[in-house]
Amino acid sequence: MKKLLSVKNAVVSVAVLIGIWQIAYMVSDYSDALFPSPYQAFLALIEMITDGTLAENIGTSMFRFSIGYISSVVVAVFLGLILGRLPGVFKYVNPALQLLRPISPTAWMPFIVLLFGIGEVPAIVIIFIAAFFPVLLSTVAAVNNIDPVYLKVASNFGIKQPALTWKFILPAAFPQIANGIHLAVGTAWIFLVAGEMVGAQSGLGYQIIDARNNIRADILLATILVIGVIGIILDGILKFAEKKILKAWGGAE
Amino acid sequence: MAYIEVKDACRKYTQNGKETVVLDNVSLEIEKGEFICLLGPSGCGKSTLLNSLAGFERLNSGSVTIDGKEVEKPSVKNITIFQNYGLLPWRNVISNVKLGLEAKNISKEEADKTARKFLELVGLEGFEKRYPRQLSGGQQQRVAIARGLAVDPDIIFMDEPFGALDAITRMKLQDDMLRISREEKKTIIFVTHDIEEAVFLADRIVVMMADPGRIKSIVKVPAHSTADRTSQGFLHVRDRVFELFNMKTEEYIDYVI
Repeated sequence: MKKLLSVKNAVVSVAVLIGIWQIAYMVSDYSDALFPSPYQAFLALIEMITDGTLAENIGTSMFRFSIGYISSVVVAVFLGLILGRLPGVFKYVNPALQLLRPISPTAWMPFIVLLFGIGEVPAIVIIFIAAFFPVLLSTVAAVNNIDPVYLKVASNFGIKQPALTWKFILPAAFPQIANGIHLAVGTAWIFLVAGEMVGAQSGLGYQIIDARNNIRADILLATILVIGVIGIILDGILKFAEKKILKAWGGAE
Repeated sequence: MAYIEVKDACRKYTQNGKETVVLDNVSLEIEKGEFICLLGPSGCGKSTLLNSLAGFERLNSGSVTIDGKEVEKPSVKNITIFQNYGLLPWRNVISNVKLGLEAKNISKEEADKTARKFLELVGLEGFEKRYPRQLSGGQQQRVAIARGLAVDPDIIFMDEPFGALDAITRMKLQDDMLRISREEKKTIIFVTHDIEEAVFLADRIVVMMADPGRIKSIVKVPAHSTADRTSQGFLHVRDRVFELFNMKTEEYIDYVI
């Protein structure tokens, strides 16, 4: 029943959004090429699906996203585990992190393009930066929040590094780390598009720029919708995984 | 020289410029195989004393020796059982019990056999594949006890281990703890604020007082006179301890009944 209701909510919500779009289309006097109707965007979507450009661009973008996001999570968790156990060192690292964190990853874009040129690398680097800080900081916080009884048990049973990290610290901190990983997926996905708009010649972000250059606003809007849908799916997958992890760890730990 | 010796133990904390003396020149001797209860109100330093014995905390002055050696850090020979169990929620019961065996150089089959043996001893055979969250508080503490026994320690420290359990579960665990301590012949140091628990379990009760934390008296419990919670022997010892808490008596008097 609850699930049915939430489906109903979603359908109504999207229908209203499309309704507003349709009304805006009818009352405005832009040409169709600049401001298409929902139906025209839908036709453009079908066109992209049938000629294969959509699948190709999704593939390209997901490839970059996976590389950037996964490598960022691995590096950030690894560093976070170390820094979380070395509060003396973290005191010196933290100010630098706080300085870099509020900088939008897009601000790095021109610099990254200068260094690496247009292609795969800039988009991957920008996703890496976008996911890096939230995951690193949540990992450090998670390690600091570990129930001291686990560390007491570990030292009592003579468990030393690296087993201490693998058997105690990582699993004990994992639910909170998983939360950071989940939140970072949305941020990273947002910046994938930015990265591809500036630094790439393929992918969903580039497709938006390409549609603008060809004055195909219908393709442009259809691509935006596809980006939104993929974002929801990614978030849903990680939300599901996080829930499973929390349950396996015995609830609100 | 006694097996465990605490000599002039002092421990102070300073908080907001105010100094609290948690242990004020505490001295205590414990023999091998004894079941000792540290009994007292909160703030009397009983947990601090236990933590110093277990190596989790250091004293400001004085010394703690076990078997002639100064205690500097926790050791796998002296296992501590905590009030909140300290089980790893991401491991199932048997894998929790095997935790301490993993640091030792023994085969998988051997570890498995040992773990099952001690799960049976605490009455949890058949629960191997469960996870801590699927167990009651009493069962979780039984797992922690099995995990401690599995590494064959010399001493078991217990820090208010049954404090979070309901009265009936607590009494069942007390019964089992008494049986286990006799079968396994371990030295047990048990912190509690429950007078009846101390009388039921201990060979000697170390009665402690707060502000500053100190030993007021040590009550010897005659062997086997307290195994029945309604017996005359039990009530007699309990009354003596009640008196110690209610009446002002001279300090450091050894009560022998």
